[in-house]
Amino acid sequence: MNIVVCVKQVPDTTEVKIDPATGTLVREGIPSIINPDDKSGLEAALELKDQVGAKVTVLSMGPPQAELALREALAMGADEAVLLSDRAFGGADTWATSTTLAAALRKLDWDLVVCGRQAIDGDTAQVGPQIAEHLGIPHVSYVSELKVEGEAVVVKRAFEDGYQRIRAKFPCLVTALKDMNKPRYMSVGGVFDAYRKTIPVWGLADLDVDPANIGLKGSPTRVKSSYTKGTKSAGKVYEVDPKEGARIIVERLKEKFII
Amino acid sequence: MNVSEYKGVFVFAERRDGAVQKVAYELLGMGRGIADALGEPLAAVLLGSGLKDSEAAELIAFGADEVILVDHPDLGVYMTEPYTKAVVKAIAERKPGVVFFGATTIGRDLAPRVSARVKTGLTADCTALAVEDGTRNLLMTRPAFGGNIMATIVCPEHRPQMSTVRPGVMRKLERDGARKGRVSRLAVEIEAKDRNVEILEVVSEKVARKNIEDSTVLVSGGRGLGSPENFRKLDLVADELGGLVSASRAVVDLGWVGQDRQVGQTGKTVRPDLYIACGISGMIQHIAGMEDSGFIVAVNKNSGAPIFEYADLGIVTDVNRLVPALAEELKAAKAER
Repeated sequence: MNIVVCVKQVPDTTEVKIDPATGTLVREGIPSIINPDDKSGLEAALELKDQVGAKVTVLSMGPPQAELALREALAMGADEAVLLSDRAFGGADTWATSTTLAAALRKLDWDLVVCGRQAIDGDTAQVGPQIAEHLGIPHVSYVSELKVEGEAVVVKRAFEDGYQRIRAKFPCLVTALKDMNKPRYMSVGGVFDAYRKTIPVWGLADLDVDPANIGLKGSPTRVKSSYTKGTKSAGKVYEVDPKEGARIIVERLKEKFII
Repeated sequence: MNVSEYKGVFVFAERRDGAVQKVAYELLGMGRGIADALGEPLAAVLLGSGLKDSEAAELIAFGADEVILVDHPDLGVYMTEPYTKAVVKAIAERKPGVVFFGATTIGRDLAPRVSARVKTGLTADCTALAVEDGTRNLLMTRPAFGGNIMATIVCPEHRPQMSTVRPGVMRKLERDGARKGRVSRLAVEIEAKDRNVEILEVVSEKVARKNIEDSTVLVSGGRGLGSPENFRKLDLVADELGGLVSASRAVVDLGWVGQDRQVGQTGKTVRPDLYIACGISGMIQHIAGMEDSGFIVAVNKNSGAPIFEYADLGIVTDVNRLVPALAEELKAAKAER
């Protein structure tokens, strides 16, 4: 069985801070990580490799430094990695990104494609299902459990108020939830091996894709403007003992006719 | 593509377990404003099996000019491909300029698949929508970078302009039973090959669960409470106020409470009349999910906690001693009335 896991290198947004003076994002010194949902998708693929045997390839689109995320994936136990990197891919929205990734997937051998549900920098959850549509294969998103039965996966698909158990025959794509497992650490031997492997870098010339459909030019959506959220003016803060605090709260709730 | 050929606003009216979901009415409330700004009609697209006229009537009462019913046995339980086929057909036949989906686990599965098939843009999890003067393009505003940045997205050269919209953010209209609207039916052919996955089991877990998005009072707990036992004491306050207990992501990750109670960027967006944050420091991801609440009270022992920047009333104290005292005060206040 061949599995391709799509991963994205993202800034650790839990570390992102706003500069109060300028109101802009402080990005200096923010570590880059493998997107958490993607990392759990990779772990699920590696568990299948351990249990039933599989070749696991990781695929990422990004700037040259995204190679670091792929090295980490190799050190966790992935067999091969491919980096999609080309200035022509830059500025892509989810439609153009999924078009590019689908073009790369057409060059690879796989039964199953695993993506994370969504990336923490954009939170869109769109790229996985869009890749599947471009490839003309079924997908199941919000997957919290995954196993293989013959030529199919059987997954648990989460909803707000329940779940479905779904069987999807190969070839198919699933999008993984972070909660589905706890990703393994890189092993010492794995790190050593990871740095001996070569990671091919594919650019526009390597893909069979219409240049009009990728990058900024191929993106139906545009960012018109962006801004950091200002904070509303803070209310009054009392430093008091707990009993007095409780009394103040109740008094204010009465004033506001909330109670 | 001639964008001027595309007219009207579509709302995907999500229906689960035979019931139209609250988010559908929220989208109609917001979509009504967009349709009026464009001077174009607003249609609800309702997919399901055994759809009733009364369901269409409700959608009209809450703002739709038209309800397009797509009734088919294979649309009873959500499955990606049959739903995609039905929505794509409705778009192909009617050429709407705008399509809204709820940013639910169904909407966020269906909308990307539809957008890829019709080759148009899709903007996820919007929290504000407007029509731009002059161009009449849809301005779709959404949070990114964990809520640190708001971005306004446009889709100028492709139609329809599509977005998913965060549940709980938009207001539904007052129900107006006298509103008039049109009901039409759209036929869709669903073949065996369209049922391209097999649903083995459907499990509903909503029994005994209450939805924090629907509660007018939330008493929310964070890591500052220190233990699951202290977290459970929030029930005392919530019960006195007739509200529910919600939580920050940190305590959901610690397993003190289920994910259905999580407020924030990766959880739910809530805007109760009263939000009491207990032992929550106020990471930006949490703030993104609750800052529009009517009245925000924050209790934290750390006076530097960012939550105080957003609170209407802040108490710096030992939260675990305040919680039982607050329950007592509330009980006493109730007895006075």
